[in-house]
Amino acid sequence: MFLSERRRGQLAALSIAAVVIIVGVPLWWRTTETYRAWLPVSQIKELAKLQLQLSADVEVVFARGTVTPEQQKKVPLTQTQEEERAIDGDLIILFLILLIRNTKLESKFFSCHVLFLPEDTALSESPCGSLVVYVIPESSSLLPEDVNVYIGQRRTALLRIGPQMRVGKTLEQLLAHLEPRIKQVLQVMSFSHNDITAALSDRVRFSPDNKESIADSMRAFKSSPGYEITFSLLNPDPKSHRLHWDIEGAVQTYIQPLLTKLSPVANFSIDSQTLYYTMLGVNPRFDTSRSAYTLNADSLAHVINPVEARLGSNAASSNPVLNFLLYVPDAQHSPLYIQGRKKQEVPSNAFHSPRWGGIMVYNVNGFYGSEPEFPVDINIDMAKVMGVFLAQLRLLLGVQSSTPPPGFLVARCGSTGLADWELDRLMWSRSVENVATATTTITSLAQLLDQIGNIVINDNIAQQVSSAVTSLQLAVAELEAGNLGFALQYSKEAILASEKAFFDPSLLHLLYFPDDQKFAIYIPLFLPMCVPILLSLLKIVSEARQRLEC
Amino acid sequence: HYAAAQKQAEPAVLQPTPQPKDDFQEELVVRPLHSGDIYASFQFRTLWETDFMRGNKVSHYRLFPKSLGQVISKFSVRELHISFTQGYWRTMQWGQPYLPSPPGAELWVWFQDSVTDVDATWKELTNVLSGIFCASLNFIDSTNTVQPSASFKPLGIGNVTDHRFLRYATLPREIVCTENLTPWKKLLPCGSKAGLAVLLKSEKLFHSSFHSQAVHIRPVCQDWQCKTTSWELRQTLNVVFDLHNSGQGKREWSLFKMFSRTLTEACPLASSSKIYIDITDNPEQFELSPATSLLSQAMVLGDRRTFSVYDLTQQDTFGSVRSLNLLIRWKSTEGDMLRPLLHAERYVAGYGLQTGEIHTLMYNHHPYRSFPVLLLDSVPWYLRLYIHTLTVTSKGKDNKPSYIHYQPSKDRVRPHLLEMLVQLPPNSVTEVTVQFERALLKWTEYTPDPNHGFYVGSSVISSLVPSTVAMDTNSTRERPLFSSFFPCKEESSYFVRVYTEPLLVNLPTPDFSMPYNVICLTCTVVAVGYGSLYNLLTRSFQIEEPSPGLAKRIANVIRKMRGVPPL
Repeated sequence: MFLSERRRGQLAALSIAAVVIIVGVPLWWRTTETYRAWLPVSQIKELAKLQLQLSADVEVVFARGTVTPEQQKKVPLTQTQEEERAIDGDLIILFLILLIRNTKLESKFFSCHVLFLPEDTALSESPCGSLVVYVIPESSSLLPEDVNVYIGQRRTALLRIGPQMRVGKTLEQLLAHLEPRIKQVLQVMSFSHNDITAALSDRVRFSPDNKESIADSMRAFKSSPGYEITFSLLNPDPKSHRLHWDIEGAVQTYIQPLLTKLSPVANFSIDSQTLYYTMLGVNPRFDTSRSAYTLNADSLAHVINPVEARLGSNAASSNPVLNFLLYVPDAQHSPLYIQGRKKQEVPSNAFHSPRWGGIMVYNVNGFYGSEPEFPVDINIDMAKVMGVFLAQLRLLLGVQSSTPPPGFLVARCGSTGLADWELDRLMWSRSVENVATATTTITSLAQLLDQIGNIVINDNIAQQVSSAVTSLQLAVAELEAGNLGFALQYSKEAILASEKAFFDPSLLHLLYFPDDQKFAIYIPLFLPMCVPILLSLLKIVSEARQRLEC
Repeated sequence: HYAAAQKQAEPAVLQPTPQPKDDFQEELVVRPLHSGDIYASFQFRTLWETDFMRGNKVSHYRLFPKSLGQVISKFSVRELHISFTQGYWRTMQWGQPYLPSPPGAELWVWFQDSVTDVDATWKELTNVLSGIFCASLNFIDSTNTVQPSASFKPLGIGNVTDHRFLRYATLPREIVCTENLTPWKKLLPCGSKAGLAVLLKSEKLFHSSFHSQAVHIRPVCQDWQCKTTSWELRQTLNVVFDLHNSGQGKREWSLFKMFSRTLTEACPLASSSKIYIDITDNPEQFELSPATSLLSQAMVLGDRRTFSVYDLTQQDTFGSVRSLNLLIRWKSTEGDMLRPLLHAERYVAGYGLQTGEIHTLMYNHHPYRSFPVLLLDSVPWYLRLYIHTLTVTSKGKDNKPSYIHYQPSKDRVRPHLLEMLVQLPPNSVTEVTVQFERALLKWTEYTPDPNHGFYVGSSVISSLVPSTVAMDTNSTRERPLFSSFFPCKEESSYFVRVYTEPLLVNLPTPDFSMPYNVICLTCTVVAVGYGSLYNLLTRSFQIEEPSPGLAKRIANVIRKMRGVPPL
């Protein structure tokens, strides 16, 4: 009787413990857990290694007199050249070059159009990201004497064979001779190691040998799906100057062609405003020798801030703003010249600020005449202004005008202000930059979510993350296949999706839910419930042990 | 840089300079009030002949501020009215303001009919505006936005009257200060560097009884036949100074005393820059110096007023000292003001924290004319209106509204909207009462300072009020007899909007440590119940010998000492 009563008590304690463990704990766990949707973590980790392969199609056309007909038949149809470069440890970039022989066009083309440069013909149409290199004999009169390589406005180049490569040489020798030179052309027209390093500047540690390209990349705006371009006319002295600028016409004539050309890279919107009574942040110094006011290069850094407060941000979008200011100095401080570091005069009277915009000083004291009667009506010469702004715009957008190697002749860019291959170059580096940025964003988001267990991951965030990952994978694949246009498109989508996921406000809701407060709420319930269960379990265990010992 | 390396700009080519399509005007009206205060009203108007409608991309700005232009074109706004007010306009002491506004922030917007999702656009617009004006307009959401059916009609051209495209919201708790004035001044073409805007010094403007600044954007006709339309941006700033009470004791005011600035020039971009002083009561009550010969008469709010005009674009206005410091000196403190014909007030009645009653009183001071008024009330959802208790009485009799539009609230979604057209009998008080119940909020819905109370926005009363000129029976004396038999219709009524006081209502406010206390208490009760149950289930029970009583034990001790066997 006594024993069975004890036994019943033990059984009751055990069953209560079992109910608490089987029903209570899972119920508590399920009702208090935060919702966390599934994320493709393994794919993100895969992407974080950033193994990029860039490949560019290069079509090589041999002109008559460079190879014999027999050799021509033997030229391999495709040839792959790989070049592997490691950038900063684990990032590996593979340059992959495809050489494709073209047998149909070469003889006809050069016999008919000897006087024309290749871009004038419809033959030179080639898809975005690819190149056509025409190999011409050493004796050809198509290029001036000292020029070995001519780079056209489109995606074409003329390459003159070196003097040591006479007709008698074998095909292998010829190809071996051409290979480094084609690579050189590719570096000018598509991408080079430095460009890619600059595009990856966020991820790469600064090293002295790529200083130049880093400086270039720091000047240019970060890659973004859209830019707002704002032209502001600053008139600090409306009492003396009544300024008229035909900004609408000037934008149509000078800026719009370039932006239309750049439209695959980003969307641009242009607006302009006139601001009155805006002063520069520094007082210009009067230079008696020139009877003019001067602004030193050192003080230019202080010019922008007070003006910036008046510029106003764009209310309608969150894209980065490129500011171009035309400053007309007031009548008392006129003329005003900008002085370079070595006290020399800056011919354009303008300067730019990296990742911000440009400022040009436009002196109008030439309009006063002998007996000025204020206010003076002044029509601003927009051709002069827009020339400066266009050059600054190219710099700020990252259209690099690096000096070509010796022996290269680069065609003057036409009416659009941008050659096709320059656009390609920009698209290559932008694609790589977008891929790198989106990868960084997604990786850090995944890390953050992994570290902080309190964050709720809603389905829409998971969806954004997966679509970003898919776009990234597609972009990487397209880069590998050499489809530059698609690669850029996918990389832009990846950026948009990853930023949307990263900045989603729903991530913040339960972020600050400290553990000590949670325990303060749980303890009044859990402590009185768990202590008797634990004690009786301990008692049962110790009794069982005693019985075993007996 | 491949720019032309020219040092000097070439001499001007004689081109005809294009006529600018925009125009800027500035104006200051000063009205000495009978209470001894002084009322200054600034208006800055930018007109721009352009077309924001029909999807035209407008991107080149001259006088019109770029930020507002971008807002209009991005959100397809037809009309935008926003005001920030600190203090309450005392209609009975000060008369009618030129531009009425309720305390706090008020925003009402008419969207173009091309907008498909008006609510989403409205939400985005309030967020952008809160950035532009540094105000908490982002707190405008569906719980304080209404769509009035009759009270707010478009003030510009356009015949859209479908109130689906109208949104109206007020934030009665909004506090207006320097950080709202600075972005407002930045919208002016001359900033605060020249023209009348140099007077707008925040340390003086906010040291006043009433301060209100507003921005109104609307499309207007450019010419008589309305062939071309243009956009009007009107920035207004109204301020009432209480200089008499602030120490001097003398009734003598000047621009310098009011604004601690004098005027030296007009804004060079303004086509007109004028100061008007309301001298209708001159010379009986006050004198002005320097005196001006320029006088102007205008019908303002149903009254014929006379103004002295100072034209700042004329150099001789500034005199030999090249600075204008207007001086107004009061001669006597007597004189009575014409009572405003329409006036309203509002209060909460009742006791306790469960129910209450909102009383709205509307006064018609016209001696013999009755006129209809539109009353708009927007009450938050946490005051649950009992609409069956709505009564409208005037002169002790039931006054049946001819039009009632009522939209009930939804908890946490939208407020009550009540609009009524009521006829106010002459010389009467009309009282509108409605009872309400206070809701208990969720504990996260209380404001950081819940014991302060919750604000209910002002009622809006819009009306066409008979003109005081028409009321003036003596006017027949000055006019030829043949012109004065029938009352002149054009001047017979004018539009007035009156805002009542906002209400401050106390809601039942819990002790905010309550949730934790409740959790602790519940847990303790559960734990006690559980503990006893657990004990009952797991303890094994045995019958125990009852222990001997106290007396018996003492007896046993004594017996032991004596050596006798225990009991």
